[in-house]
Amino acid sequence: MTLKREQDFGTPKRASDTYISLKVDGHDVRVPEGSSVMRAAEEVGISIPKLCSTDKLEAFGSCRLCLVEVEGQRGTPSSCTTPVRQGMTVHTQTEKLKRLRRGVMELYISDHPLECLTCSANGDCELQDAAGEVGLREVRYGYDGAYHPGTEVDASNPYFQYDPTKCIVCSRCVRACAEVQGTFALTIGARGFESKVTAGMDEDFMSSECVSCGACVQACPTATLMEKSIVEMGQPSRVVETTCAYCGVGCSFRAELQGDEVVRMVPSKEGGANEGHSCVKGRFAWGYATHKDRVTSPLIRDRVTDPWREVSWDEAIAFTVDRFKEIQAEHGKGAIGAVTSSRCTNEEVWVVQKMVRAAFGNNNVDTCARVCHSPTGYGLKQTFGTSAGTQDFRSVEQADAVMVIGANPTDAHPVFASRLKKRLREGAKLIVADPRRIDLVKTPYVRAAHHLQLKPGTNVAVINALAHVVVTEGLVDETFVADRCEAESFARWKAFIAQEMNSPETLEKASGVPADEVRAAARVYATAGNAAIYYGLGVTEHSQGSTMVMGLANLAMATGNLGRDGVGVNPLRGQNNVQGACDMGSFPHEYPGYRHVSDDAVRTSFENAWGVDLYGEPGLRIPNMFAAALDGSFKGMFIQGEDFAQSDPDVQNVEAALEAMDCVVVQDIFLSETTKFAHVVLPGTTFLEKDGTFTNAERRINRVRPVMEPKAGLSEWETVARVAQGLGYDMHYENAAEIMDEIARLTPTFKGVSFALLDREGSVQWPCNDAAPEGTPIMHMDKFVRGKGQFMLTQYVATGERTNRKFPLLLTTGRILSQYNVGTQTRRTKNSEWHAEDVLEIHPHDADVRGISDGDLVSLASRKGEVSLHAKITARVPQGVTYTTFHFPQTGANVVTTELSDWATNCPEYKVTAVQVGLTNRESDWQERFHVRALTTAGE
Amino acid sequence: MKDKDLIRMANQIASFFTPYTDEEAVAGIADHIAKFWEPRMRKQLLAIGVGAKDLDPLVLRALNDPAISA
Repeated sequence: MTLKREQDFGTPKRASDTYISLKVDGHDVRVPEGSSVMRAAEEVGISIPKLCSTDKLEAFGSCRLCLVEVEGQRGTPSSCTTPVRQGMTVHTQTEKLKRLRRGVMELYISDHPLECLTCSANGDCELQDAAGEVGLREVRYGYDGAYHPGTEVDASNPYFQYDPTKCIVCSRCVRACAEVQGTFALTIGARGFESKVTAGMDEDFMSSECVSCGACVQACPTATLMEKSIVEMGQPSRVVETTCAYCGVGCSFRAELQGDEVVRMVPSKEGGANEGHSCVKGRFAWGYATHKDRVTSPLIRDRVTDPWREVSWDEAIAFTVDRFKEIQAEHGKGAIGAVTSSRCTNEEVWVVQKMVRAAFGNNNVDTCARVCHSPTGYGLKQTFGTSAGTQDFRSVEQADAVMVIGANPTDAHPVFASRLKKRLREGAKLIVADPRRIDLVKTPYVRAAHHLQLKPGTNVAVINALAHVVVTEGLVDETFVADRCEAESFARWKAFIAQEMNSPETLEKASGVPADEVRAAARVYATAGNAAIYYGLGVTEHSQGSTMVMGLANLAMATGNLGRDGVGVNPLRGQNNVQGACDMGSFPHEYPGYRHVSDDAVRTSFENAWGVDLYGEPGLRIPNMFAAALDGSFKGMFIQGEDFAQSDPDVQNVEAALEAMDCVVVQDIFLSETTKFAHVVLPGTTFLEKDGTFTNAERRINRVRPVMEPKAGLSEWETVARVAQGLGYDMHYENAAEIMDEIARLTPTFKGVSFALLDREGSVQWPCNDAAPEGTPIMHMDKFVRGKGQFMLTQYVATGERTNRKFPLLLTTGRILSQYNVGTQTRRTKNSEWHAEDVLEIHPHDADVRGISDGDLVSLASRKGEVSLHAKITARVPQGVTYTTFHFPQTGANVVTTELSDWATNCPEYKVTAVQVGLTNRESDWQERFHVRALTTAGE
Repeated sequence: MKDKDLIRMANQIASFFTPYTDEEAVAGIADHIAKFWEPRMRKQLLAIGVGAKDLDPLVLRALNDPAISA
């Protein structure tokens, strides 16, 4: 569609059951109580000139341009700061107002350079617009105001620049950084004509605590803060509404384009997940889509030691089909399988699992959720009846207490973190349970009431101790439990959790968390009113990951914190479509909609729809596939957008498994660590080329719309359909919308979903069906999906991964703000200017006793392997614990992680590895082999 | 698939059921393995189970459940 700016209502929307009626320029208006006069006017299409106000920020009343006259009231109040009153009559255009506004504009323009034709904001400048609206024709004060001419432009940030000469000191950027992002990196420095926006302690933007979310740039009405892409390319001419492909928040964006070239990505105010906010990844780190490294031709080779051959799609697909057929003929149907990707759309995932079940003839399909949130699926299904978070993100605005456990939202889910911090600034209490002192523990205007700094691997000890306090101190919501939960399972759980072995005092020895702190935190959670739990991979990636998820559900049920706004159990999903990939039947034991493959009625419905007999036994999970590959019974794999050889634990075992297979097919956008072991590479598509849907962590199904053609000519679902056809199964769709129609026909929770509905409504949260045609923002409102909530017994069992004299420290892993997972995308953007390598965080004491100084090269060794990386000494990690990220392949963080996994789901225990750290002067043997392989792959 | 890995995984399942009665634990272990383990894994575990020393006794009892061998 052609570019049309989003309407700016000037001040935020208010929610109220009371409506106020007034007249604006003779028009009757009815708006919620608390709305501003400016907003009321805009609601009926009357735009009042403004500069310092915008509807993402609270009214400020500084520019004096939005003046109005109100009958019966003296003066000319600013419409942005004047609330509506019943029966008021407002005039926005009078001779007096016109004269006043023109005078104000004269003052602004006298202090602003007149370089409009060469200005990067030309055509998108609110100052220019306002001058036009007020009919400015002369400036009586001249044009020589002190607008800081000659002041250097701050171009330190890789994505935007700050030009103080264009600044009108409206403070929108400062307020956006504070109110929307919650970082408080900006202020107005100096006074009078010297006033200017200042980052940090009068530093350049890159040196300051700015997190490059882009909120200030978006708020700026002039060219003061401007995307460098706009400076270089000019204004966009068309826009496509789409969805970010990074984390599980699933932000909606307006891709602003010149032709099919992205000029900038702007967060959409209408986006249900983000409501106009963004982070450095979604806002700016999209350049990888056109990076020179993109794979744009299919590649094949007979052996992984051969060089790649560029071939046609027909040849690559025929090669794949022939190899898969040969393998199945020789080793049986179960000798091949596939893995779906959480980066891909629901439609793309659907066709892969369908190919496995209908064309491969087995259930050997798994997804990368195996290594992140599979315990969420298991735990929430056992307790509540379905595998999904209970709330929408907006719900946090009603929370009185928030427990963040095993998650680091300011880095990994930054747009949700901004919502959360806003609520915390309003007074909600925060409990953080994490071995590391994450930013949320203490950040501007936010301080955690309790930081439960537990030892890695002891989550269940802490959750049991919290529940013990609830039960033994009479904090159970008896009414909720009686109405909503199974009486028998509750009685049993109550007796179990009340045992002394679950008391904070007993479990303190295991967890390291002082009992008093646990007791205080439990009281906060249980008595706050609305208490919400948000959790991440620090909960799931443990040998007791599923037990812990059930423990969280138990605690929420016992305290009645489910089924309304402000409460709930909320997994913060790592990738954009983890929820969707799971919903779409990517697990080897479940059809779409989380229904077991052994359910005859369900299986029959798929057999009837797909015209083929289906297998009724569970298939192999990812680690089982690798194990089977090593014992010779699994020989071929279709890998959709995964990079196992970097992302999965015990990488040397993964490499051996991949090497043992006869045909590894990778569908991806770049050559990766995994393609080093592949025989076929089928070019994939970025989110800018995809047509389909993503489902975010709040079950919100968002449209993903293409802004450019697939670089290699075929969409991913078309490629998969052609492979399936080659294998003898007639898979055919005209377009992605047809796939969603099939999803809706066969998946009860998606029954009402279609592209037409999403295009009309913007987004919808499943379940979306006859009972909830507009979707379900909050689940389990009147009853749980399974009927009554089930309490599960959650005994703490220490992990088998123990420290000893040889490996006396624990390693835990995570991610940081600027990079994303294995870095495939972000490493190919300027985000690496913030984080160019993975480092090892180590406590000052642990460093000191080893003679390690900050920045030293150190070896990190476990019983599985060894790598070298640079040390970062910090008290952010407690004594005895180290931490690193896995964004760079050469770091090899997963060389040291182990084969241990969650008891129920085989989700790897990434978060606990016993290690030793010591000074070194060389890379590890694995890293040396890595570099040799990298050179070989590059043909050097 | 290595025997020791299957034994570890099966014993982990048993450890979850520790607070339940033995009968419930045996049924729960059998149900979990039947629902989540691919047939070749179940077959191998059954083979290991004959005379295995390292398998949790509750797992050994669960192996008698016909759901696992189905």
